[in-house]
Amino acid sequence: MSTVSLGMPALPPRGFGNISETEPFPSYARRELQNDQLRANLRHATHTIRDKRLRVVSELPDWEELREAGSAIKAEAMERLPELLAQFEEQFTARGGTVHWARDAAEANRIVEGLVRATGSSEVVKVKSMATQEIGLNEYLEERGIAAFETDLAELIVQLGHDKPSHILVPAIHRNRTEIRDIFLREMPGVDPELTDEPRRLAMAARAHLRRKFLSAKVAISGANFGIAETGTLGVVESEGNGRMCLTLPETLITVMGIEKVLPRAEDLGVFMQLLPRSSTGERMNPYTSLWTGSTPGDGPKDVHVVLLDNGRTRALADRHGRSALHCIRCSACMNVCPVYERAGGHAYGSTYPGPIGAILSPLLTGVEAEENKSLPYASSLCGACFDACPVKINIPEILVHLRGEDVEARHSRPGARRLPSQFDLAMAGASWAMSDGARMGLLERGLPLGKAAAGRDGVISKLPGLGAGWTQSRDIPAPPAESFRAQWAKRAKNSADPHGIKEGEGK
Amino acid sequence: MSARDDILARIHAALGTDITPGEREVGASAPGAGYRATSGRTEDELVDLLVDRLEDYKARVEVVAAAELAEAIRTRLEGKTFVAPAGLPADWLHPSLADRRATDSREEPLGVDRLDAIGAVVTGSAVSIAETGTIVLDGSPDQGRRAISLVPDHHVCVVPVETIVGIVPEGFARLDVTRPLTLISGPSATSDIELERVEGVHGPRTLDVLIVR
Ligand code: SF4
Repeated sequence: MSTVSLGMPALPPRGFGNISETEPFPSYARRELQNDQLRANLRHATHTIRDKRLRVVSELPDWEELREAGSAIKAEAMERLPELLAQFEEQFTARGGTVHWARDAAEANRIVEGLVRATGSSEVVKVKSMATQEIGLNEYLEERGIAAFETDLAELIVQLGHDKPSHILVPAIHRNRTEIRDIFLREMPGVDPELTDEPRRLAMAARAHLRRKFLSAKVAISGANFGIAETGTLGVVESEGNGRMCLTLPETLITVMGIEKVLPRAEDLGVFMQLLPRSSTGERMNPYTSLWTGSTPGDGPKDVHVVLLDNGRTRALADRHGRSALHCIRCSACMNVCPVYERAGGHAYGSTYPGPIGAILSPLLTGVEAEENKSLPYASSLCGACFDACPVKINIPEILVHLRGEDVEARHSRPGARRLPSQFDLAMAGASWAMSDGARMGLLERGLPLGKAAAGRDGVISKLPGLGAGWTQSRDIPAPPAESFRAQWAKRAKNSADPHGIKEGEGK
Repeated sequence: MSARDDILARIHAALGTDITPGEREVGASAPGAGYRATSGRTEDELVDLLVDRLEDYKARVEVVAAAELAEAIRTRLEGKTFVAPAGLPADWLHPSLADRRATDSREEPLGVDRLDAIGAVVTGSAVSIAETGTIVLDGSPDQGRRAISLVPDHHVCVVPVETIVGIVPEGFARLDVTRPLTLISGPSATSDIELERVEGVHGPRTLDVLIVR
């Protein structure tokens, strides 16, 4: 299905920033797989959160109805996006706020820089935010002499460690307590040299370090979990109180929000404030949520701004099959259940958005034909666990398959592309020929003992040639059994003089 | 073209819609609203559930009669200096507390350094949600500015029993979201280091809840 020849309007421009792979997923993942510490941390973290989540989700008798409503509200919001954004702008402005629009990362960064400069300050405190991570705001500001201090504990660990976040909820999950203590001792000015690696001591060191910043900061930058069109309200969900500090103490507050975060009504918060905390941290409710609408005289920042960010979102919206990726509320439930994420870790996705959602969102924002992101739709086993976990019912596996199709399409239609079928196409054709006929299948299975011979003495095959090489790059295949199931079954049937043998249809 | 017009045009192009506004009524009710709108719990059940949930977050909770409230607040303050919003009902505070009290209001706000030096804060609350153990402050005169319930290390919060609802949608139905809202579910906490929960990072490390009936 080419969009070129039909005279269709050109696709909206792609997004930029930290949403592109710097290295294809398979090679990055392969390196990360050697990191035993990372794998152990991840396994522990994802399993703990996953179990907590299941417990609190099962408490709600109407969980499925809430997911259904969440999904319907998001679909409605996308359908009505222009009018909802205009309504949000009108309401936010009427209550003393200022709305800015940014086509892409560069424009958003420029707007924020201008707003910070106008205050005369060269320091900002930041609330953890995916949108500012996506546009690379910290680096941009730092290059221009504005210091941006992350105040979420995990983001602080990442920032002080000159590192990148690896999970959207617990960004420093790849670090253990000893590493964190070492980072603090090395990078935190005035820290107690006797600091131990006890989490409480570490958290208190961060408290002391940030307290002065909070009390003196003039400008804060945040993201937003929701923007309510009906009232012009913004909301931030957090745990530590660093968010509340940033959102209420400084004089100027600048919020960067993706245009897809808008919800039609205040009433919709009743749905999302149940879906989000339970799905993300596995708590009934996160410790703190702040909601503000423009500015309130005498309480909180006087000068309140929001930057509405496109950066490829309209491009994702134009993809009818991929559009629902924009429903994502960044809860991270999909990463905590993903077997690929659990082993490869967040860095392998090369993007602000890791895990199953990252594998679809990043290529949708940049376009799958953008060279860097074309391996992401393959970073999945299509097991479907992410779809089951997603509180807004985004069908991630279906979108992955759709994007793989787009990728194949793009390769075939590339000028000068080989017209010959690829090894993959041939393998698929071969498999369908074999599997559609019992006799052929049986014939092929007789080759099984050969596979046995290909395996090493430990009974695993760790390297396959050709197409199979990609598969064995990151895992070993157990050698096939000496005899196929079909062969064993046939033998069994021959011996069926045995009166206790299972008869057909009796299995269940 | 301005960025605004450009982005709106892109959205219309992506959706295949007209630039003229949609015909759907703005503010129409949520689609697919098959979820619970009320919990149908009795007052006693609501109180029990709220206590259970707040204790789960390591908050200290006590249910008191209206006549006992002033005494209960006095004992919670354990000789600390404290701030209270100007609109806090006068009979909540025991007369002996007068010389330890600082008063804050939108008109005469205390500076953050002053708040940082104060040991505790006493506020009322707007709505509490039993099922999630959430207390909402909405900036009313008995709750005051957001900063006062944030900077001091100890928050004593009064929850009148008639402000308790069962579930989250009931809570939002009672609130005006255009007021500055703070939802508090237990004291500040982090789990960022090996997922080990540490209570009290930047917000108050101690949360005392007094439910008044
Ligand atoms: S895709 Fe769904 S499960 Fe994954 S982060 Fe987004 S909302 Fe959560």
